[in-house]
Amino acid sequence: MPLTKIAEFDVKKLEILSPEGKADEKLMPRLSKKDIAEMYRLMVLSRAFDEKAIALQRQGRLGTYVPQLGQEASIIGPAYALSKKDWLVPSFRETGAMIAHGCSVEMMMRYWAGDERGSLMPKGARVLPVAIPVSTQLPHAAGIAWGMKKLKERSAVMAYFGDGGTSPGDFHEAMNLAGVFRLPVVFVCQNNHYAISLPVERQTASKTIAQKAIGYGIQGVQVDGNDIFAAYSAAKKALEDAKNGIPTLIECLTYRMGDHTTSDDSKRYRDEKEVKEWAKKDPVARLEKYMADRKMLNAALKEKIIKKCRAIIEKAVGDVESSPPDAEDIFRYTYAEMDESLKEQAEGFRRRV
Amino acid sequence: MPRMAMVEALNLALKQEMKKDKRVLLLGEDVGKDGGVFRASDGLLKKFGAERVIDTPVSESGIVGASIGLAIAGFKPVAEIQFSGFLPPAFDQLLTHAARMRNRSRGRYAVPMVVRCPYGGGVRALEHHSESFEAAYAHIPGLKVVIPSRPYDAKGLLASAIRGPDPVLFMEPKKVYRSVKEEVPEKEYLIPLGKANIVRHGSDVTVIAWGAMVKTALEAAEQSQYDIEVIDLRTIKPFDKKAILESAGKTGRVIVLHEAVKTGGWGAEIAASIAESGIRLKAPVKRVASPDVIVPLLKSEDFFFPNAKTVLSAAEEMMRK
Repeated sequence: MPLTKIAEFDVKKLEILSPEGKADEKLMPRLSKKDIAEMYRLMVLSRAFDEKAIALQRQGRLGTYVPQLGQEASIIGPAYALSKKDWLVPSFRETGAMIAHGCSVEMMMRYWAGDERGSLMPKGARVLPVAIPVSTQLPHAAGIAWGMKKLKERSAVMAYFGDGGTSPGDFHEAMNLAGVFRLPVVFVCQNNHYAISLPVERQTASKTIAQKAIGYGIQGVQVDGNDIFAAYSAAKKALEDAKNGIPTLIECLTYRMGDHTTSDDSKRYRDEKEVKEWAKKDPVARLEKYMADRKMLNAALKEKIIKKCRAIIEKAVGDVESSPPDAEDIFRYTYAEMDESLKEQAEGFRRRV
Repeated sequence: MPRMAMVEALNLALKQEMKKDKRVLLLGEDVGKDGGVFRASDGLLKKFGAERVIDTPVSESGIVGASIGLAIAGFKPVAEIQFSGFLPPAFDQLLTHAARMRNRSRGRYAVPMVVRCPYGGGVRALEHHSESFEAAYAHIPGLKVVIPSRPYDAKGLLASAIRGPDPVLFMEPKKVYRSVKEEVPEKEYLIPLGKANIVRHGSDVTVIAWGAMVKTALEAAEQSQYDIEVIDLRTIKPFDKKAILESAGKTGRVIVLHEAVKTGGWGAEIAASIAESGIRLKAPVKRVASPDVIVPLLKSEDFFFPNAKTVLSAAEEMMRK
């Protein structure tokens, strides 16, 4: 009996925009100047949101916040590729993606301030609420994608998670279902190199996360996650493929520049030198260089954009803080209708308040 | 009127609900070609096709998690978990998402999903096939937990669960699957969730039970020298407090009977509700339940589960006080 090679696989990496801001024109996705400007604005907005949210958290005006710093390209890029009919299933570090797909800055601020109404999606925005338990949202993405397929809608689902998210079982189950039933779903892994304190090497012995796709019979690709064009381009193609029954796992190779959350201190577990190295690959700075080279951006315009973003955020904070939730709201959505026992408890609560 | 076993009644309910509402889907392990290991979905693949009766990989969390997604996408999934002993991998999805999606989305998304699973002992099965962990699920706000005791109820309750707007865990007592036959109307009918059924009227002692234990309670009532009232709870969460308190007020003596282990069982919740109500009882509430140990394998099964005798002696002890 011979020993024969029965299969061979390769894993590809897509890079378009270099850290110096030079783009590979052959690989450049079709994007208008307006699109690029909007992607840039969303990245700046995310960064400004982070700044404000962290400051508010330090003042006790916001709950625990999950910063996006350093990952803006891999957060905004894939989400920007979604059409209005597509679904976004976020994890918890995708405030910018949620805004890109129809959530308002005000509702995102409301959510992080601990007001549940921040998770009430605007009508028509196909976005699921933030999912905290790692990877538990991935089977939902598979399920929604299944639904879209059954309804014969040409819509796909994009689900986000981190490198740590590839370890729990739900990652496996969702990828497996996607492969077996050829579901229109795109899995976007933010490989930011750390799951809180643990480096990615302690999550998986796999050389890349992209190659995990092979085991599920779906497509896998790695992209430079600090390159918004690569992240967008891979997602755009993956969404199209998804609608034709080919799911994709996209690994965005990026780096979390900030702490895991406002409750974390990343100095405890990682080297400052490593952080400095990654700072050179900043996703916002490289897009700025690209835009400046093409006269799409200058110092004055940049200042104007930042100011505008900050104003939107300030207004959102004002709106959130001036409209606290009414206490009875906690009873309204447990079931479609309250049962007798819950009614009794709500009544008792009313008397107490 | 045809006589049916519980499995047949469930099959009929599934068939009727799928016919009535195209959004109803069935998914689970071996539910298609095999018709389910207990044959609850027998014939449904042929009738409704593979788009609506879906054989899934062995993937409990995936089945329930994807059902949540399907529900958000506008479907009404009925997921079968082959045995309740295999439900824990999906516990996370039930607790973390199914039960709270309506709340965390402020009503934008709901999960009108039914998770069916056979549960309970008395069928001489393998390890992990005999447990009753209904209380663990009933503890979760946002979930409903339904347990039929007989074919007639199984059909009406399952139809209500499928048509309802909230996620329901529908636990089916394996012991009753085929052991009892009764007349079940072929026409559609609904039994509302949250309503108990007084299956035997009596004036001395109230026995509250669900699932396979209803039959045990009735056996005890038949053998007893006392006049025993038997309440079939039918829905564990939300449960029919009104029916329980009325009966407790009438008899003044209450036994809660369940095959689940005693500590933290749903009997504790019922006993606490009776205590909180301030109703004057003639004797303290008694729980007749399984001991707080791991369900033994079949050779020792009979030592573990409550039976008519244990109910009888509890009732007699109460009457002596």
